[in-house]
Amino acid sequence: MNQLPLWVEAMVATLLVSSGVFVVISAVGFLRLPDFFQRMHPPALAYTFGSWSVTLAAILTFSIAESRALLHPWLIIILLSITVPVTTLLLARVALFRRRTAGEADTPPPLTKARGA
Amino acid sequence: MSVLLSSAISVTLGCYALASVLVLLRLIRGPRAQDRVFALDLLYLHAMLVMLVLGIRHRSDVYFEAALLIALFSFVSSSAMAKFILRGEVIE
Repeated sequence: MNQLPLWVEAMVATLLVSSGVFVVISAVGFLRLPDFFQRMHPPALAYTFGSWSVTLAAILTFSIAESRALLHPWLIIILLSITVPVTTLLLARVALFRRRTAGEADTPPPLTKARGA
Repeated sequence: MSVLLSSAISVTLGCYALASVLVLLRLIRGPRAQDRVFALDLLYLHAMLVMLVLGIRHRSDVYFEAALLIALFSFVSSSAMAKFILRGEVIE
């Protein structure tokens, strides 16, 4: 295990701190926004920017430290980019379904009726 | 490990802790069940990010596998809970 050069450490530190800042911003948005559908938006910041920059920092650290290209942290990016849209879409359908069955006032109308069948 | 990298790692872990506390407030307060499921999914993501940062700190590959497992569990549990809220049962 050898010492990292300074520019690599600076890049890794920048990526890590920016990821932390973006995760905090997304958590604040998740806490403060009034509606569930608005509240679904800020976590996308953490899901994309937060996880991407940490993963890139891990790739950079391990690749430079072992002086060969280590690409397996890409697995996390690929896995997240497949699974997160599925989860988000399912939860959006859940919220829509529950609002519709509860008969709340500001529920969006169903798409099939809007198409004018 | 230099002072720069270790202090950056400490700042990042502190940011994750703060974000987890904020998400936990939403989990406790959350008016309906979907808010709580989404907050749990975000907490899983924060745990995964903490694992990756600890892997950078200790220069070890074990943390990476833990992070991958946490990401998988987050998908499975969130989709199962969403299916349960939607249909009343997970496997029909």
